[in-house]
Amino acid sequence: MTTNIAAGTAGGGLSGRDHPDTGAPVILRELGRSFGNVRALDGLSLEITPGEFLALLGPSGCGKTTALRIVAGFETADAGYVAVDGKDVSSIPAAKRDMGMVFQSYSLFPNMTALDNVGFGLRMRKHRSGERNRRAGELLEMVGLTEHARKYPHQLSGGQQQRVALARALAIEPRVLLLDEPLSALDAKVRLQLREQIRLLQQRLGITTIFVTHDQEEALSMADRVGVMRDGQLEQVAEPSELYAHPATPFVAEFVGTMNRIPAGLLAAGQVRAIGDAVQRLDGADGAVPGDVDLLVRPEELRIAAVPGGNGIVTDRTFLGSMTRVSVRLSGDVTVKVDLLSTEAAAMPPGTSVEIRLAGTPVLVAERR
Amino acid sequence: MAAVAGTERADQAAVPPGTARRRRSRPPAWRWIILVIAGAYFLIPLYAALRFAGFKAFPSVLHQSGFTGALALSVRLAVITTVITLVLMVPTTVYVHLRLPRLRRLLEAVTILPIVIPPVVLIVGVLQISPGSLKSSANLLALEYVVLAMPFAYRSIDAGLRALDLRTLVDASNSLGAGWPSTLWRVILPNLRTAMLSATVLTIALVLGEYTMASLDLYQTFPVWIVNFEQTSGPVSVASSLLALFVTWLFLMVIATLGSRRAARTGGSQATLFSVVRRDTGGTR
Repeated sequence: MTTNIAAGTAGGGLSGRDHPDTGAPVILRELGRSFGNVRALDGLSLEITPGEFLALLGPSGCGKTTALRIVAGFETADAGYVAVDGKDVSSIPAAKRDMGMVFQSYSLFPNMTALDNVGFGLRMRKHRSGERNRRAGELLEMVGLTEHARKYPHQLSGGQQQRVALARALAIEPRVLLLDEPLSALDAKVRLQLREQIRLLQQRLGITTIFVTHDQEEALSMADRVGVMRDGQLEQVAEPSELYAHPATPFVAEFVGTMNRIPAGLLAAGQVRAIGDAVQRLDGADGAVPGDVDLLVRPEELRIAAVPGGNGIVTDRTFLGSMTRVSVRLSGDVTVKVDLLSTEAAAMPPGTSVEIRLAGTPVLVAERR
Repeated sequence: MAAVAGTERADQAAVPPGTARRRRSRPPAWRWIILVIAGAYFLIPLYAALRFAGFKAFPSVLHQSGFTGALALSVRLAVITTVITLVLMVPTTVYVHLRLPRLRRLLEAVTILPIVIPPVVLIVGVLQISPGSLKSSANLLALEYVVLAMPFAYRSIDAGLRALDLRTLVDASNSLGAGWPSTLWRVILPNLRTAMLSATVLTIALVLGEYTMASLDLYQTFPVWIVNFEQTSGPVSVASSLLALFVTWLFLMVIATLGSRRAARTGGSQATLFSVVRRDTGGTR
């Protein structure tokens, strides 16, 4: 896959789009939507700044695609509104919202070549044929598909089709770009390449972008901010590093990254005790009643050492390259995962007695499961 | 189709190349037996008709009284019926697929009715409710034929729509600024071309061969003329039947071939006479 975005080969063809912050601010306010008895969106509120790349992340059925379709104008909200550039667009049909969208399934028009697909939006805007083809050509060059301009969708690979779809969405110079799991149908290698390509393009063009995905790796690696959704509501909106390091809720903690649950005892003064260590709670202790809880801790926040008669036994190892994830069974049939350097993990085959300790960093606490 | 192709590739990979080639070049004997029986079933009556008519009867068909008028009426009715059928059925079926998918089963049941209800009943009903101006016009027959063609046309168009990711295509078109007319004209209809060709082929074939309704309505369409003329000259009547069969078959083949060629170029659906087969639109890998 040739990528020439960084070099900026499209030049000034996309007038006024080569600088950041040309996108529009988007506000979702108290959005509600039901399908029969199912509440798909339940008071979703979100503010996206101009030029921001925001990912909506969540499990299937959490309402993220419904939210995107309401922003696009394909669905109407039962309650609340969407504002773009400060104007309520709820009553504006999808065709007049000037939003580019890339879909999960291949959405290119099968009866048109790649060039005609990219030029379709311009045709709808009454651009002359010559101008249309010139600009469609620029967009195809931008996504590295100039030599495929005359091909029909069935003659292109899945990755190429999605790049044409991206070029088509960008051709209309949208103020908001909507991406509905555009990478999920692609194989891993192409997905990684296209991921970088989309991010580079978005940064270069400065288009406000909403990206819906259930893949946390995609969301964390591409977005400026990630909104984690559950049951039609936002659990947390934060930068990827913040989301990983300081999850606001147990759901976010367990949905983003790998998380261990260890039975613990809640103490007074905002502390929690587990596997012999007492550590500070991450989310404060206001009003907490001492008792049984689960402690949530990431694999890299546990310390492990091979010790005869330790508090755990190694049951499995997963090689991850420079790191290895070691599974350890603690007393009470609790299994935890610990990340450590592969060179160190080599000395801990299954059956090794180990001592597991908390690293001492503040931890998140959840109700006992 | 893609799945079938995939299976074939898998099969070929599992056996040595030489074996696959031998299998392809020598189909099993039972296939030949079925082919010969089916061929005989269709061809023997045609051969018998050809022998009965004799080759000399064919040139005289064109000069028989009423032939040109009957043929022109049938062609006119075929054109009118096809246009009305497509104009009615395409938007209706698209709308049901997009907005009222739950009604698809009901629509399927409704479109079956013309096959279940005898033509005589249909005609009596139509004559009861049609306005006087239509009763004296052959165009009334076209309206009746639209009802008759409905089961075939609906199934062709429905199959074509099922082969498309209609919802995504429509959403994509809308997001790019196309309203409904543009989406229908530039996106849906071109991708439904083969399904519409299939519906056209079936409708034309039905109209050119329909006898009962035309006869009951006292119009001399081509099939009615053939039956009437049989009393004057058997060989000429049979020759005209064969001629009609050949011309209709030729016409249908031309339409089907044109549809298939375009489908091959754009990778779209391929029309057959009774269905629309989806090609692999998932792209190359």
